[in-house]
Amino acid sequence: MRKYLTRKIIIYLITFFIAASLDWAIPRLMPGNPVSLIVSRFAQASSGSAAQASVLTKQMFDYFMQAFQLNIPWWEQYALFWRNLLTGNLGISMYLYPEPVINIILSAVPYDILFLLPSILLSFWVGNRIGAWAARSKKADNILLPTFYILTSVPYFWLGILLVWIFGTLLRLLPMSGAFSYSMTPSFTFAFIFDYLKHWILPFLSLFIVSLGGWAIGMRNMIIYELESNYSRYMGSLGASQRLIRKYSYRNAILPQITGLALQLGTIVAGAITTEIVFSYPGIGYILFEGIMNKDYPLIQGCFLFIIAGVLLANFIIDILYMFIDPRVKIAYTEG
Amino acid sequence: MNIMKLSDRLKKWDVLYFFLTNSKFKIGISILLFFILLSIVGPFFIHYAPYEYAGIQGSPPSLEHPLGTNPFGYDLYSQLIVALDGTWLVGLIGGGVATIIGLLIGFFSGYKGGFLDEVLMMFTNILLVIPTIALLVIIASFLNSRSVVLESLIIGLTGWPWVARAVRAQTLSLKSREFVSLSKISGAGTLKIIAEDIAPNMLSYVFMVFILQFGGSILAIVGLSFIGLGPTNSVSLGGMLQDSVLWNALILGYWWWMIPPGIVITFMVASLYFINMAMDEAFNPRLRST
Repeated sequence: MRKYLTRKIIIYLITFFIAASLDWAIPRLMPGNPVSLIVSRFAQASSGSAAQASVLTKQMFDYFMQAFQLNIPWWEQYALFWRNLLTGNLGISMYLYPEPVINIILSAVPYDILFLLPSILLSFWVGNRIGAWAARSKKADNILLPTFYILTSVPYFWLGILLVWIFGTLLRLLPMSGAFSYSMTPSFTFAFIFDYLKHWILPFLSLFIVSLGGWAIGMRNMIIYELESNYSRYMGSLGASQRLIRKYSYRNAILPQITGLALQLGTIVAGAITTEIVFSYPGIGYILFEGIMNKDYPLIQGCFLFIIAGVLLANFIIDILYMFIDPRVKIAYTEG
Repeated sequence: MNIMKLSDRLKKWDVLYFFLTNSKFKIGISILLFFILLSIVGPFFIHYAPYEYAGIQGSPPSLEHPLGTNPFGYDLYSQLIVALDGTWLVGLIGGGVATIIGLLIGFFSGYKGGFLDEVLMMFTNILLVIPTIALLVIIASFLNSRSVVLESLIIGLTGWPWVARAVRAQTLSLKSREFVSLSKISGAGTLKIIAEDIAPNMLSYVFMVFILQFGGSILAIVGLSFIGLGPTNSVSLGGMLQDSVLWNALILGYWWWMIPPGIVITFMVASLYFINMAMDEAFNPRLRST
């Protein structure tokens, strides 16, 4: 058990190391210097005489070169990057200057957790149930399977747009954007929680509905394979009820689905980012979007690291859970 | 030899027959053909450039503007048809690159095994865990100008781990079969065995993987365009949707701006998945529902 965990931790540390290094290296590998990119954007935006602009540009270039420490050798930059990262210093946002990136991101995290956790877990649970039910009941399967496939083809954010259009614009039932009304201040009052839920339901639904399809398809196929396997046939020939056989099949089929959950997290997070943009929902996805729109590179890089760290942490939690759900993992590591 | 060929031929006909009678396949291929036709015939009915002032701003669909215009007076039908070309290109290149890289890594990792397998699979699993969108964002946001081809290449280069894992699993199950051992005994090299014994036996599977990657690449570029990192200086379906959200199509109720691009994306990808589902059933009779 300890061996299993240490192995997993080492792999995740390597993954984070590689991802963080990419985060550091990609901007530096791109054609052109990020600083000159920023400066040229500022120069385009600012007005004034050409001579004035060139002096200003030169000053800005020097300032940003120093601010980003691009004027020191690359290995020192890399070491500095890690030192800053480990002390929680992700730089200063340019768009929301002088707010540190870490603070901006941390203020978004609660919204993300409350938005992502319920939608991912519920869609996983409901999707698997529906999929298991669809397997081997011809009538349901013929209608449900194509429906699931259409659901997985919908871009997450477009379903969000559709929902806002129907419930916000046409029916005027639910608010169209934000996490709570402007007149409210976050507090543990009944009014605020109700207002929060009203804003939360549409983003939740768009993520929930789209990811549901994928889980249902996976479970349906797994159950069909399990029902055809020898142990199911053996139970059937012993006279076990169909319900009992299905229950056992479900238990076996859920294992690859949980592995799938870990692997799908990246896609779901991508969907969540775009969904947050549709709803102007103040999570990391929306912050990332603002960073992209305003060319706020420190903010983009910070969001990247946070998304990766979050996905890796979730993967690790799933690995631990898996160990308890599948006893074979424990046995494999205690015997070997 | 002759009998073998005959049974082979019959088997092929059986699969073909299954396709022609399978309603999922028929629906999928019809939708796909419709979109292919649309991108061939559609341009003949374009009267405006995608970013050209075409008429009354924000007018709903009419005979003159089949999909209406947006608040800038751009003809949305022209934008949609032009965007369709880019979407196909991304699917083809992105899906193709991901499939080819995934195949190479999957074949070698599965067939060679041992240390090479360990290293390649660790690398694959690491890339699999890192969210593709995050990688795409960090790459795309630092590129000043982005072409459709470049973006499809990036999508392909980040999409292969799924293919590699699937192909590796298939290769593992094929490599212990008699005909592979026979080739090995007769002194065939790794490349020859992979090309002549393993690859042909997975052809249908590879094609299915390609279809899935094709759809996945389209969804990836749509998401990327929507967050403002799509190809620069060109129209895209995701970009149209981003414009519609940024310019308040939702509040204004311009449904003709935000609904058609989404429908096109959804049904384009769904048609591919339908074909994939039909193929899955054709080659795995157990999955057939009827």
